[in-house]
Amino acid sequence: MTKLTGPGRPHPALYLFPLPAVVLYVVFFVIPTVQAVQYATTDWDGFTPDYESVGADNLVKLATGGDSLFTNALTNNLTFLLVVVVLQTLLSLGLALMLLRNSKVSVFVRSVYFLPAILSSVSVAFIWRFIYDPNVGPINQALGAVGLESLQSGFLGDPDQAIYWVAMTQVWAHAGQLMVIFIAGLQQIPEDLYEAARLDGAGRWQQFRHVTWPLVAPTTAIVVAYTTIQSFKAFDLILGLGGNPPRGSLDILSTRIYTTFTNSEFGYAAAQSLLFMAIILAVTVLQRRALALTQRGA
Amino acid sequence: MTATVSRRLLLTGYTLLILMPLSLVLTGSFKSTPELFDSPFGLPDSLGLDNYRTVLGEQAMSTALRNSALVAAGGVTLTLVLAILAAYGIARIPGWRGWVIHGFLVLGMAVPAQANMIPQYVLFDQLGLLNSLVGLVLIETVVCLPVAVFILAGFMRTLPPELYEASALDGAGPWRTLQSIVLPLSLPPIAATAIFLVVIQWNDLLYPLLFIQTPEKRTLPLALLDFQGEFLTNYPLLFTGVIVASTPLVIAYVFLQRYFVAGLTAGSVRG
Repeated sequence: MTKLTGPGRPHPALYLFPLPAVVLYVVFFVIPTVQAVQYATTDWDGFTPDYESVGADNLVKLATGGDSLFTNALTNNLTFLLVVVVLQTLLSLGLALMLLRNSKVSVFVRSVYFLPAILSSVSVAFIWRFIYDPNVGPINQALGAVGLESLQSGFLGDPDQAIYWVAMTQVWAHAGQLMVIFIAGLQQIPEDLYEAARLDGAGRWQQFRHVTWPLVAPTTAIVVAYTTIQSFKAFDLILGLGGNPPRGSLDILSTRIYTTFTNSEFGYAAAQSLLFMAIILAVTVLQRRALALTQRGA
Repeated sequence: MTATVSRRLLLTGYTLLILMPLSLVLTGSFKSTPELFDSPFGLPDSLGLDNYRTVLGEQAMSTALRNSALVAAGGVTLTLVLAILAAYGIARIPGWRGWVIHGFLVLGMAVPAQANMIPQYVLFDQLGLLNSLVGLVLIETVVCLPVAVFILAGFMRTLPPELYEASALDGAGPWRTLQSIVLPLSLPPIAATAIFLVVIQWNDLLYPLLFIQTPEKRTLPLALLDFQGEFLTNYPLLFTGVIVASTPLVIAYVFLQRYFVAGLTAGSVRG
């Protein structure tokens, strides 16, 4: 009997299987990504055939704060990111801890919490635009009805608060999804460890601090990384809540790049998108460092 | 004892926080504007379908519904076929070659849409694929390929190599092995990936916003967004649009919950 396959001799036809995916991916994804780098060094408007090379001017202007619209979007985005990452991670971990057991009720409640994650962000935005409506929305109405007018808010219309209310909406929509990831991670922690901790006289908080938190760390890292990417991609939610193009107080990087693009500044928008990628990368790296530090401390 | 009580209170509170906005939309879609403003959380006076008639009739939401169904069906099918083939090849090509193809395809997950959308727009323009549902299917497929390959190749790599060797000894070529052995074993992750892709592509706003120019080619999220301009404060109509756009996925969720959770979780676990 001849050896048909083995570790060293794959069937040559196997290379044909990834081929269609690789071809489409190269033509429509990889090459455009490389082209974005080329565009970024031009002042192309997307229509006229000729354009000037501007070298690194676009990038330098953006990186040195020469574009106040971009800097504003970056500030908003980082605020949004920070609020969402902290709130959503803590909330989804808390919910996961409360719904850890696979009882019928828990499983049902989990499915309710997960539900908003399957709705489109535009739909979620419309629901909350009404709830936040300063004139007719139920929050201000209810506050008014019980004589607490002083607590009424302009919500999205208040430039100082707007981005925080968007962050709340984002957490509402996705905490349940991340809760599920935490539950999967928490259920892998062996029960013996808790028993051992209890025998050593550890209370609830100490059990959390010395068993749960360090052992759920890999899951926390995944949740934080995913939430970060999500916060940079909150494009649909912003357009749904803030209109198109969004007001300055609601502008984040993805919406800013889109608006620049629709203003036919293709080269400049490409430069923004390069910086956008670099920012995501930097934030992700910093977060890993920070997370590693807190876990060493725990 | 107190811990149990406070746990129940917290969970009940959060359940209300999730359900109240959702019930607000559902009941609101049957109300008139004054009725909604007077009692946002109350039940509607009647189950009149005026809003639905307006939304599905003159407002061309039914066209958007059809377009979304076409784009999601086409995009998800194409993505799945390409990703299954690629994942299978990757899982069976031994050594560094398999990993290089794997890594190359999966690397795309790290590239945000905004990074390459402008050259993509130009390319689709040159190919005459702007303002076309075919173009939308293509772009959704391309941007979803990395994550689909990530999930499926991750699974297929866990299948024992003996499986392939035994199949080859029985005289089955790579294609037969895929059909009769790998596909049946991979059905659960394929189903989860399919659902993940449906959710992404059905709900996507960015590419329709970029590529679609005329109302008759709009998909649901785009139609909804345009709605906002037309009916700025007609919340009952906006809510009706939300219900129309969400109902298909919510019904599917009720029956296929396990796959929704598995799919959306697998899609997000890419640390």
